[in-house]
Order: sequence, then structure tokens, then C-alpha cells
Amino acid sequence: MAGRPVYHDPLDAIADIPDGAVIMTGGFAGRGVPVQLILALRERGVKGITLITNDTSGGWGGRVDASYLIEAKQVKKVIVSWPVPASTAVITPLEQQLLAGELELEVVPQGTLAERIRAAGAGIGAFYTPTGVGTPFAQGKEVRTINGIEQILEYSLAADYALVHAHKADAYGNLVYRRTARNFNPPMATAATVTIAEVDEVVPAGSLDPESIVTPGIYVHRLVVKKG
Amino acid sequence: MKEGIARHVVAMRIAKELQDGDYVNLGIGQPTLVANYVPPEKQVFFHSENGVIGVGPMPEPENEDPDLSNAGGQPITVIPGAAFISHVDSFALVRGRHLDIAVLGGLQVSEKGDLANWIRLGRKVGGIGGAADIARGAKRIYVMMDHVTKDGEWKIVNQCSYPLTAKGVVHTIFTDIAVILVTPEGLVLQEVAPGWTAEEVQALTEPRLTISRGLQEISL
Repeated sequence: MAGRPVYHDPLDAIADIPDGAVIMTGGFAGRGVPVQLILALRERGVKGITLITNDTSGGWGGRVDASYLIEAKQVKKVIVSWPVPASTAVITPLEQQLLAGELELEVVPQGTLAERIRAAGAGIGAFYTPTGVGTPFAQGKEVRTINGIEQILEYSLAADYALVHAHKADAYGNLVYRRTARNFNPPMATAATVTIAEVDEVVPAGSLDPESIVTPGIYVHRLVVKKG
Repeated sequence: MKEGIARHVVAMRIAKELQDGDYVNLGIGQPTLVANYVPPEKQVFFHSENGVIGVGPMPEPENEDPDLSNAGGQPITVIPGAAFISHVDSFALVRGRHLDIAVLGGLQVSEKGDLANWIRLGRKVGGIGGAADIARGAKRIYVMMDHVTKDGEWKIVNQCSYPLTAKGVVHTIFTDIAVILVTPEGLVLQEVAPGWTAEEVQALTEPRLTISRGLQEISL
């Protein structure tokens, strides 16, 4: 099979993403964020995005994250576990847009978010989890007692595009990650129609140890090499 | 108001509970202090939900790795023998009840062990992060918090007024003035801060406390 296309300009890699797309972006606390793909989306001004990401609080020492898309008013709905900073000192663009009715927000417990994404990639429609039972996260959801434990029904979460970050890719799109920059990137890579991986380096096929591959290239459609 | 014990002393008291070989998650904020007080003869594995088993001490600034943080976004190191995992695996081990202990912060804890720690009443938006999964998933939940709010309001209450993180999960509450066990029969006062009486702790606690027959002063 042919290798995956390697883009050197992130704008080329996202050129076909339409307004209204459902987009996942990897990253946690500013680590493992596909920074250049997010900046390219912002530059292109794609609008009406449904954004699925772990955190949009910003403020990780000036690191770029998905909150840049909210700040630019490109997002209509956010599905996230950590939407705003813990401190109330700053009113973020997300809060302003939410209060103005310009943005829809779904807050999801982090493990449930990861599992909903994993489920989509694995072809599972929904699952029952004990997380959130008896809390606002159970509101409107089916509850069942399974093996004596109350659990709630959670649906899988897929996307049109997943923008992920990895340390290295080989020419077939196999990915390896670095430290806690792994986070949501592996499940997101499996859950989208098109997965675009921003990587520090693309190496020839055969130069990564097959035992060490975290995301096999079957899930990865395009590669972007990080500039500078 | 009369002073309780300092936060780092509460952290030391909690650290006493950790056993050799335990896998432990420490919540963002105050609970991270607990890691500083584990005696060297005990090997405790700290899990950070962003994908680390085996969190080590904070690095010197020149040794910070841009790709390595804890769940609060602070730079960390890892111990020899650490493992990096994705968010899926990180929460599978949480949900699957493999973690021995989680130490979490609290806004309110109820008599039944309900925990509220993610959003204040009246605030439009809050972050749950991993708290709902961890509070429900770890085998034992310790809450580390001030006994009352800055305004002197109860934090240990009959019923939480703030939205819940998890229902009926708290095992023990460690505060600046008391150690309180949550039992099916209600709250049991186990320890009081030096200089405090059980009556004084009760006055700052909404639910009725059963005073343990073995009531002690908090000691390290």
C-alpha cells in the first residue's frame, strides 16, 4: 500500500474541512496539541465547528490549544471535560459566548469522553458506565443496574475530522507518542472519517519498532510535519 | 476563629494512610501535597489521569520536559519503572476499580458520602475533568478540605446543595480540625486537631457526629 500523504503546509492538510464539520482535537493541558493544524483552521476561518476536545480553558503558559478556535468564534458547540479555568478571575471567550447564547456546551466526565470516542472508533454504539450516576451527568440518561451496579447509558462520539499530535510517524502513518503528549490522541485517531496527524518527524517505513506502535497507520490518513 | 492544623500537616496525616504498593491518584490542588510526605520505605505509585503511572517529584526548572505534566498541567518527573498510557487506558484503570486510593478536594461532603467538588452553585459553567470518574472508580476516596468555608459555612452537610461529582463514595474526610469516617450509620469522628474538642468540631459540622470510642488527637 502506498504511504500516507505528507503535507509540509498545515493549510493544505485541512483545505477540505468544510464549515459545520465535527472536529476532534487531541491534547491535554497544552501537551500533545496539534498546534499548527489548529492555527491553520483559525487562519482559514472554518465556521460552525462542533469541537470535541478535552480542555478549552487555555492558559497553559501561553501554549496554543483548541480554545483559539472558540476565541475566533468558529465554534458552535463544544463537547469537553474541562471547559474553563478553575479560577473565576478571568471570564473566558467560551463563557462570554455561552452567556450570549452563541455557543452550545456539553460537559462530559473525562473518562466518559475518552470512552465515548474509543467506542466510536471501535464500532460500538453505546455503553453503560457507573461514572456520573446520581449526578447532573446522568440527567435524561437511561439507568440500568448491571452486576448489581447502577450505570448510565452513554453514546459513542465520532467526528468528521480528528486532528491529532504525535511524536513520530512512519511513511504508513504508524504513530508513536512522547510522554503525556499521548493523552486523547490515540482514541481520537480511531474515531474520525479523516484523521490528520501533526508530527515532529516522518521516518521511513520500517524504522519504528512494530512492538512500540501505539496508533497503527490504518487509522491515519494524512501527515503534517511540524514546521520549525 | 481558632486555628486548625496547616494544610501540609493534613497532607502528612493522609500520607500515613498510604500503604506500600498502593496505586494512588491525587486530585488537583491541595491533594498533590500528599506526595511530598510518603516515607522512603514505602513504594507508592502515583497515577495522573493524563496518562502516567509512576509520577515522581517536581523537576528543577531546567529539567522540565515540555511533553510531561500532571493533570493540573504542572511539569513533573517520572520514577524509574513508570508507564505512559492513553486517556482510554488511564480511565479504564480508574473505572475498572484498579486504583487503591484517590485523594480529592471537596466543596461539600454529605453525611452519606456524596461528594460535590466541581462547580459552585450559581456558576454557569464548571469543569468536571476526571473527578466524576475517579471519585466513582477508586476503591477508597479520601477527601482533603478545609472543615468550613472562608465565610464559616458548613462543608460537611446533611445534603449537598452543590451539584454532585459522585454519590455515596467518600470513605474518610480529612480537614484542618478533624478526621471523620463515613459509615452506613453516619459520620464517625475519629480524630480532632490538637486543642480541639469533639463539641467544637460538631458545632462546625451540620450532620450529627458519632464520637468514636477511640477518639484521638490527630498525630503523625
